[in-house]
Amino acid sequence: MAENKLKNTCKAVVIGGSAGSIEVLLKLLPALSSPLSFAVIIVLHRKNSTDSSLVNLLALKTSLPIREVEDKDAAKPGAIYLAPADYHLLIEKEEVFALDDSEKINYSRPSLDVTFESAADVYGSSLVGILLSGANADGTAGLNAVKKNGGIIVAQKPETAQSSFMPQQAILNAPIDFIFDVDEIAVFVNSFNTKA
Amino acid sequence: MIEDTEVDLVLNDLFELYGYDFTNYAKASLKRRISRLFILDKFPSFAEFRYRLKSDANYIKRVIEGLTVTVTEMYRDPQFYKALRTEVIPTLSAKPFIRIWHAGCSTGEEVFSMAILLKEAGLLHKSLLYATDLNPEVLEKARKGIFPLLQMKQYSENYIESGGKNDFSAYYTAQYGQAKFEELLAERMIFSTHNLVSDRSFNEFDLILCRNVLIYFDKYLQERVLNLFDESIGTLGYLALGSKETLNFSSIKPGYKQLNKEKIWRKIS
Repeated sequence: MAENKLKNTCKAVVIGGSAGSIEVLLKLLPALSSPLSFAVIIVLHRKNSTDSSLVNLLALKTSLPIREVEDKDAAKPGAIYLAPADYHLLIEKEEVFALDDSEKINYSRPSLDVTFESAADVYGSSLVGILLSGANADGTAGLNAVKKNGGIIVAQKPETAQSSFMPQQAILNAPIDFIFDVDEIAVFVNSFNTKA
Repeated sequence: MIEDTEVDLVLNDLFELYGYDFTNYAKASLKRRISRLFILDKFPSFAEFRYRLKSDANYIKRVIEGLTVTVTEMYRDPQFYKALRTEVIPTLSAKPFIRIWHAGCSTGEEVFSMAILLKEAGLLHKSLLYATDLNPEVLEKARKGIFPLLQMKQYSENYIESGGKNDFSAYYTAQYGQAKFEELLAERMIFSTHNLVSDRSFNEFDLILCRNVLIYFDKYLQERVLNLFDESIGTLGYLALGSKETLNFSSIKPGYKQLNKEKIWRKIS
């Protein structure tokens, strides 16, 4: 039976997605309680461009501080961080972001697997990993790493995803704890908030 | 996944046996790359990986290649090159001689991009482009000025977006799936190994470009390298970093003024 509690206080929620995920975030972000007691880290497959229109779009939907990550930014609780286009996003032990422009993984940079794996390494059992809509198998290996290190893993209910392939792959190939629609994801994330 | 303590052992070996110092590289990325190499080369255990590392000097080439990121492209971030074209290069044109340093140049795509900008501004003949990297293998490639033809469509689009007005394909000859850039460009380039971790400043420059190199270093090493750059930039010279890199954490910041939105800083004192 799935665990609905982390062994430790939640320090970070990593949300990964591809095609069809922006819509989910536009619904999810306004539903998050504020202030938050943990960091929210968002990694999306996106067009390779350096313009910041995506972060501006998401910022309209939340009162929480949100920023596109720059090298060595601290991952602070209470803030939302968006992986920049064309870099892999990793996290150092000191809870500081690190960027990496090495080869694409799963045809993607940023790759969801890279961030999930790196976050699993740093946050262990204080981490929640959530995989949203997408048409690519990226994210499944990463969620496995999150689970292995004691975190909780969630997939968007494939019937509610614009592209069901990505969450479906994770459900088939990783020990997913919960399969949720968008409203349930919001309630679930809020349940870890100790500041509300 | 390799353990943190194992990463430290590998870094120690690389330094003690071969003189490569990765100890102040950003750990998360380095750990991922060591793990990747370990999996790709199918080592049955960490001990065997380490044994190979210690006993096979030829394998080191592959390790250095595996640990350093050599991804680069021509006119990456076209808006950055547009800023070089319109705001930086014109301020250098009155100089009798222009010195530029590409630190961590990898396979040279950015150096050739720069040489084309200078040629179009009519300044290439009085410019010297120093291009350095710690990895001699990539410099060997860079020197040749030969890049995959498949990339040229993308590079040509980047070039146009950066404000390029010419026919980009006029700068290279296509042959056997490769694009060979004209000799005239390479004549003004000097390639040399230089390790930002351990080597010192070697000249004074009007512009230093070091893009997407500092992201692989920890804050301590970043500070050291930025100080090395500071010593190597003349007054009113420029420092250009990658699009997600910053001077914000550095002690040299007060001496620099950032140009508009791009990651280009001018030395003001």
